[in-house]
Amino acid sequence: MTSYRPTATGFVATLRRDLLLAFRRRSDFFNPLAFFLIVCSLFPMGIGPDPKQLAILAPGIMWVVALLACLLSSDMLFRSDFDDGSLELMLLSPSSLYLQVLAKTLAHWLLTGFPLTILSPLLALLLQLPASGTVAMMLAMAVGTASLSFIGAIGAGLTVGLRKGGLLLSLIILPLYVPVLIFGVGTVQAAVDGFNYMGPLAVLGALLALAATLAPLAIAASVRISVDN
Amino acid sequence: MSSLLQTVDLCCERDGRCLVDRLNIDVREGQIYQIEGPNGSGKTSLLRILSGLSSRYTGDLQWRGSAVSVARAEYLAELTYLGHSSGVKAVLTPRENLMWHAALRGLVDDTAGALVMAALDKVGLYGFEDAACFTLSAGQQRRVALARLFLGQSTLWILDEPFTAIDKQGVLELESWIVDYASAGGAVVLTTHHELNIDHAIQRVTLGDV
Repeated sequence: MTSYRPTATGFVATLRRDLLLAFRRRSDFFNPLAFFLIVCSLFPMGIGPDPKQLAILAPGIMWVVALLACLLSSDMLFRSDFDDGSLELMLLSPSSLYLQVLAKTLAHWLLTGFPLTILSPLLALLLQLPASGTVAMMLAMAVGTASLSFIGAIGAGLTVGLRKGGLLLSLIILPLYVPVLIFGVGTVQAAVDGFNYMGPLAVLGALLALAATLAPLAIAASVRISVDN
Repeated sequence: MSSLLQTVDLCCERDGRCLVDRLNIDVREGQIYQIEGPNGSGKTSLLRILSGLSSRYTGDLQWRGSAVSVARAEYLAELTYLGHSSGVKAVLTPRENLMWHAALRGLVDDTAGALVMAALDKVGLYGFEDAACFTLSAGQQRRVALARLFLGQSTLWILDEPFTAIDKQGVLELESWIVDYASAGGAVVLTTHHELNIDHAIQRVTLGDV
């Protein structure tokens, strides 16, 4: 018998499959985006349309809402695969589980973090964020939400085997989201205040590098635990 | 006939109940093992342990003479596991589902496409390859899962209730595939409540009377 070690094929196939699944079930894909759009647009009504006040709050509002949108969608990351048995087959396939969960997380980012990034200039306009902060906001969103996807996937993997894992999931991952929130807001704030924002952005990048290399190990282990019964 | 999967004093306990007590089986090439027992006797638990999905057991599990924990990659490359839940995505077509499974087994696009079509043809889904799986019947969806048996080269099939939702004709076909596979040197471990009507020696393991 030939023994082969498939690597990249599993990664590409899982990524393609998850994107195709999202395309076939578009409502799931629009949920976090609609949440982001609706909640952000409620703030000007809640605190009043005064541009100065909104501009001060805008970075924080956008980041917190983006964080919650990612949190909401991360519960779905492994849910359907767990329910229909695909997750077991991923564990039992000769492909590396590390690359498979990396592909799933990347697909999750492409379906939540990336569209949020694309939407953020529109929301920045709505929340009166000074124009000097828009580019920094997009860069920080792109890098930061990717870290959020990785962190969320760890929690999703751990709680997917539980019947009611929703609250537990938020308890596990919200504290881990905090560094991303702090440096995300820091990046935008620095840009708005006219400083060089590369410092906090570099920290976000470092967090992402750490998450992208180490988180798949944790995600793979947590998925393995959830399926092991 | 070399030994493939071997258990040494395998024990499994759930909620204070002893499901498997010191099981010693030696699955060899060309053998068919049927795990029997009433509902809740631990058949699925045993298959999950044998496939490496569950680690809640004591004793040893060996693949071709070396511990499964060590030879995991070699084991998985030669194993096809078919569980209760089929791993079939309802919104994808049978072809898309199987292409993903083929890719996980390391098959690349050009050969995988032909292999997937051949597998679908074999399980009687020719003509349905591009219909979304939720439009198919329960039996046809089960057949999509069965088509995985013909993707890639495996030497061991672990089948958990493979006859569920399959029609009479399909049962006969599946039985003949199992015999063909065992005759060609593969090994099969399965659970079923259906009386196997096949022309091949069956090793039986009975659970639940301990």
